Amino acid sequence: MPQTNASNEYGYRSFSVGGFSFERDEYFAHIKWPGGSHTMPMDAFLRALMRDISWSFFYGIVNFDQVFGTTNHYGNVDVFAGLYNAGYRAQNKHHVENFKTEEVRAVFEAMLDDWTNEGFDPFAAPEETGTPFGPKRGGNRAAITRKRLVANRMTGMKGDIPLRTDAAGNPVNRQFADVSQDEPEVHAEPGFENEVHAFNFFGYVSRSDVTWNPSVCSAVKYSQVCATTEEFILPIIHGNDRVEWFVQLSDEIHWDIQDRESGAPRARVVMKPGDVAAMPADIRHQGYSPKRSMLLVWENNDATLPDLYAKKKLKPNPVDF
Amino acid sequence: MRRETRFGSLEHYEKGGVEVINDDPRNYAFSNIFEVASKSEPYEKVAVGKNLKYVLEAIRAEGTSPWYAASHDEAAIVMDGEIEIRLVKLEDKLVAEDHEGTTMLEGNPKGKKMGYIVARRGHMALLPKGAAYQFHASKPGVILLQTIRGDLTAERWKDICQK
Repeated sequence: MPQTNASNEYGYRSFSVGGFSFERDEYFAHIKWPGGSHTMPMDAFLRALMRDISWSFFYGIVNFDQVFGTTNHYGNVDVFAGLYNAGYRAQNKHHVENFKTEEVRAVFEAMLDDWTNEGFDPFAAPEETGTPFGPKRGGNRAAITRKRLVANRMTGMKGDIPLRTDAAGNPVNRQFADVSQDEPEVHAEPGFENEVHAFNFFGYVSRSDVTWNPSVCSAVKYSQVCATTEEFILPIIHGNDRVEWFVQLSDEIHWDIQDRESGAPRARVVMKPGDVAAMPADIRHQGYSPKRSMLLVWENNDATLPDLYAKKKLKPNPVDF
Repeated sequence: MRRETRFGSLEHYEKGGVEVINDDPRNYAFSNIFEVASKSEPYEKVAVGKNLKYVLEAIRAEGTSPWYAASHDEAAIVMDGEIEIRLVKLEDKLVAEDHEGTTMLEGNPKGKKMGYIVARRGHMALLPKGAAYQFHASKPGVILLQTIRGDLTAERWKDICQK
């Protein structure tokens, strides 16, 4: 069970895991560890925390910002401060502790639950949600317990992830009102109804009520096509433990690319509809989407890959030419 | 405020790019599906993404394709145009279980007709394991295919990517 204290003067509980402690006031999260402390604005902290939990600590490193974050070792998790920050590392001011995944998850889930106020949805775009600031004011458990959608074969097939519809409570997002909702013509001969399958992929994506949260829509062995709608800023800086690829389906995203270990800037990648770009295994990235856009994130879910990249048995860039 | 959603097409696409600070743009293998398809032969399968053995292929759909099959599922996303996908359940196993990627079949496949799909921009279709499939497009279109690198995959990174 997470260690918690009584509520503070603002109505919020405090949390700890190992040597890390977490407190919040009306505007900020205050993180402390032996020998250091860090402050994050509450909106950014909750949005990052939401992704970290929802993605089960994701592929590799989830930097909440340039100081605090987690590294997934698939079964156990590092919680760190300054570990991937050149300034902290140079002065030996970084701090890292390793925990079983479930131990961190329990603390983080309880913290997210307590610190998320009524009316604030950490998955929503800023224009679509209320404020996370101020004293404790109810909660929003429905928003923070959404399940990640992972199709086994393809979205919409019998027994797989269902399609999104108005009737199911998935209206078209306000910024995708002009996206065609027409369905493909599927003419299956008797007996092949479950094999002859197609769906409106862009229509499905246009009905997503979350941002920066990829859902697996089709799988070919370990190859996963994930779709996500992006608006405003990716709330984490994702440090890759393998190569992933982006295909810009609509509109535009600008990516800041930094060295994964130090945070030193390496490049900016501007992606427009139809653009394809790899994210190498030795970078971290953060995206900016001025208008809600559709992004295809293409992942290789092979569990052996992080170790192969870490041991440099695979090159960080996907192709040589 | 209502905003227009922008998609690309063979007729109109605008590329972004890699702005280097301290890097080699080739690390990002940056290309554009519509540009690749605009310079491809009909049904040429050009890799635009590669993650070890897995690939994403940009395919220019124009006219009628040969018949294809694979030992595993594949997924086709129509990025532009209107594509008819014809499906036949193969009577005989024409592709070995351990042979990955798309295989081109000779002539017309033997087997029961499974049906057909007419897909337009933004639609995703399953190309199921054990089936033969054929594309038909009366006007040029673009398919993004999720599959595994195979005999037909063309890799021409230095021609399609930012250097």
